[in-house]
Amino acid sequence: MIVNEQVAIDHGLKKDEYAKICEQLKRTPNITELGIFSAMWNEHCSYKSSRLHLKKLPTKGKKVIQGPGENAGVIDIEDNDAIVFKIESHNHPSFIEPYQGAATGVGGIMRDVFTMGARPIANLNSIHFGSPQHKKTKNLLRGVVHGIGGYGNCMGVPTIAGQTSFDSSYNGNILVNAMTLGLVKKDKIFYSRAAGLNKPVIYVGSKTGRDGIHGASMASASFDEKIEEKKPTVQVGDPFTEKLLLEACLELMTGNSIIAIQDMGAAGLTSSSIEMASKGNLGIEINLNKVPCREAKMTPYEIMLSESQERMLIVLENGKEEQAKKIFDKWNLDFAIIGKTTKTKKIELYYDKEKVADIPVNILVENSPMYDRKWKKAKLPKKNKIKKEDIKQLKIIDVLKKILANPNVCSKEWIWQQYDHTVMGDTIQKPGGDAGVVRVHGTDKAVAASVDSSAVYCWAHPLTGGKQVVCESFRNLISVGAKPIAITNCLNFGSPENEENMGEFVECVQGIGEASDYLKFPVVSGNVSFYNQTKDQGIKPTPSIGGVGLIKDYKNMITMEFKEVNNLVLVIGKTEGHIDQSLFARTILDEKNGPPPEVNLFNEKNNGETLLKLIANNLIKSAHDVSLGGIITAVAKMCIKGKKGINIKKPKFLINEIEYLFAEDQGRYIIEINKKDFKNVADILNKNAVHFDELGTISENELYINDKTKVTIDELSTTDKSWLKKYMSK
Amino acid sequence: MKSSVITFPGSNCDRDMDVALKKFGFKNKMVWHADAELPKSDLVVLPGGFSYGDYLRCGSMASKSKIMQSVINFANSGGMVMGICNGFQILVETGLVPGVLLRNKYLEFICKNVFVKINDKKNKYFKNVNNEVLELHIAHNEGNYFCTQDQLKQIEDNNQIAINYCDENGKIEDQFNPNGSIKNIAGIFNKEKNVLGMMPHPERMIDTSLSGEDGSLFFKNLINNLK
Repeated sequence: MIVNEQVAIDHGLKKDEYAKICEQLKRTPNITELGIFSAMWNEHCSYKSSRLHLKKLPTKGKKVIQGPGENAGVIDIEDNDAIVFKIESHNHPSFIEPYQGAATGVGGIMRDVFTMGARPIANLNSIHFGSPQHKKTKNLLRGVVHGIGGYGNCMGVPTIAGQTSFDSSYNGNILVNAMTLGLVKKDKIFYSRAAGLNKPVIYVGSKTGRDGIHGASMASASFDEKIEEKKPTVQVGDPFTEKLLLEACLELMTGNSIIAIQDMGAAGLTSSSIEMASKGNLGIEINLNKVPCREAKMTPYEIMLSESQERMLIVLENGKEEQAKKIFDKWNLDFAIIGKTTKTKKIELYYDKEKVADIPVNILVENSPMYDRKWKKAKLPKKNKIKKEDIKQLKIIDVLKKILANPNVCSKEWIWQQYDHTVMGDTIQKPGGDAGVVRVHGTDKAVAASVDSSAVYCWAHPLTGGKQVVCESFRNLISVGAKPIAITNCLNFGSPENEENMGEFVECVQGIGEASDYLKFPVVSGNVSFYNQTKDQGIKPTPSIGGVGLIKDYKNMITMEFKEVNNLVLVIGKTEGHIDQSLFARTILDEKNGPPPEVNLFNEKNNGETLLKLIANNLIKSAHDVSLGGIITAVAKMCIKGKKGINIKKPKFLINEIEYLFAEDQGRYIIEINKKDFKNVADILNKNAVHFDELGTISENELYINDKTKVTIDELSTTDKSWLKKYMSK
Repeated sequence: MKSSVITFPGSNCDRDMDVALKKFGFKNKMVWHADAELPKSDLVVLPGGFSYGDYLRCGSMASKSKIMQSVINFANSGGMVMGICNGFQILVETGLVPGVLLRNKYLEFICKNVFVKINDKKNKYFKNVNNEVLELHIAHNEGNYFCTQDQLKQIEDNNQIAINYCDENGKIEDQFNPNGSIKNIAGIFNKEKNVLGMMPHPERMIDTSLSGEDGSLFFKNLINNLK
């Protein structure tokens, strides 16, 4: 095939990008080379629109062992233990083929983690669907949940937490973000930097097939009416092979034979070989005839661009080939020496003894395009004037029940019961709480993780929304008694070529950066997913934040269910009555405008750290952060989980009751304490200048407000648990 | 007491079982599926997971792996063999216990705590367990036990049902059946009751921080019965 500008454009490259390739190569690339460029220079792999802005994120900290730039981030959890973690999107493939798209998303992120030598110990996910009324939503939800479960369950890694939301902006672009945590010894972390000359380059895992060719390019474009034709670009997962690959890699890693290792994810053999060479400042030579192929007569182009799953590339020490091969033979996996490292600093490919590609690595990586895209700054919307009289007529219990039955608030049990969340025998906080918690096997330590996003807030004001998501992650970890350490982010946005979408990205990233810097909650890994749009309709900006924290003694973990009748319930943090963009405003008042709640980072940090002090002093019986649906929704969930009631007494607040109960002001928690500890707790809160309200007392099985309005917890529980089950069984 | 846990390619509860057995005093050995010889054991466990990716049929390929001939011989000579979840699926494929395990009735993987009623205590697995009902944990996609009417009659005549899904008070009713199993069967013995296959995972219920502690009760009792 002759390569020209039109062929380059068909590969998703821009005119000027093609010109840049020819100029730097000083010749026209052949088709294999063009394929390699298109794979390396697409948005998904090159981060060409986002790099400039991502650089501003805080990525360092005392506990950070490895920040962005590797397969995953690594943090120190003491005693020579480290946690490797990352979140990644698999949005485009999941919309086209929900089961395989979601499954391979889970498979890919686990590979990123065990590539670094860590055994995966927990999976999480953040999944977002269109309106429940949309014709595709139900099947997409079912397919994605089956896919996540199908892969994670088979791998034997518990899925411990997640988030699901519905919003019509995802009608044509669902989001599937998968996160994995792995455990590794600090001195046994493996990296992707190749080193040394004439070292064997090894291919292990599954055979290469024709699946997933151009997957990364597909993920770098908007959808149109022809998306169904893209089905062949979706990879097909085989969790069984991945389980074998995991065990084989970890077995090989117990020795000292690996110099560098990299999984073949997006853009397969192309990006893995080039990244290893680039990081090591070396060249790599590959004989493509040696690559184990599933199908006959695959061309060099197809071999290089295949995204077949469950494959790894390893640079081995000389002389260790036999020993390594034995391990992969034992696990029935392919093992092939396909090339070697060279001093040329070029990627050189041979096929049938002919050289089929010859590209200097730096052109592909350092000299890849980087754009300073135009973007529009978002104004803070004006506050709504909500008529107090309208609000006063509403019946609190009716509103509460509507909110509990809202798809974005109701129990997601139907989803997480399909995920094995207890395998490995260390899950001490299951899905449905503020964060999932797993013990560090054989120790007193435990790791908490949560994944959050607030698309509505980000859409209303990206800067505030970006900050808020980080704060919510911080709160969720603190609510289970964990000290927040670091985050990973998955940035899901519309087209970077649209100034408004690009503005949403830039300002959300700025917000994330400000909050993570202030909270000392650095970003150690992540990924960007642009072009989440069908034709001109983009999604609401949806950064997902995966937070990780440490509990030093797992026996001090906190859960959210109310524990004991007669205990006191307090609200930590001040309630100003911010209704705009709250679930209450959007669903009950049908008011979609206005600014999101303000984020005060000082209060956020101070309130959170003070709560950790209370937990350290054994003063907290249960805790839960206040988010969607406000105080009353948070309290209702604590009642439902604990099968207890509460008598809420009107505190001495100035704003009206409805605003108090449904407002979504930030930096707040509900806590349960023993009555005898009240003075002690109040002293600590006062000393740290933390505002608190006395909300009420735990009772048997009814939720009472001011002795007049009441509802049974059974009724609330049924409301909470029915929506999703009914929806999925229809 | 010596135990052996078999690791098949795709097993993923093998470590959890090893941890549980050791916690309650077994000297446990992990045995690779391609080995021919079983070490001297008082108990052999086929753990949960997805042996051979559950391809073909759950448990089908594992039932033909090299080590299984030794396991079958061991069972036929009266040795204690317990299959949990995927291990149960392997046991039905070998024919050591009767019946088959179909896909769950609602076609979904299910992971949650369940209650089971002990149906028979005249065996080394449940003898001396004080409780009538245990709270255990299930996590499976194919746990829907099925057999022919003739088999069922034999099973009942020989009292081969080990445990049935029930509520916390031991009431065995359809609404407490998580997967559609015939007669709420959660576990079953061979005729001689030295082989037990069950879907629930006792190894996930061995400390208060986990889903519960009835698994501890099961293992403590088991090792005492074997002594």
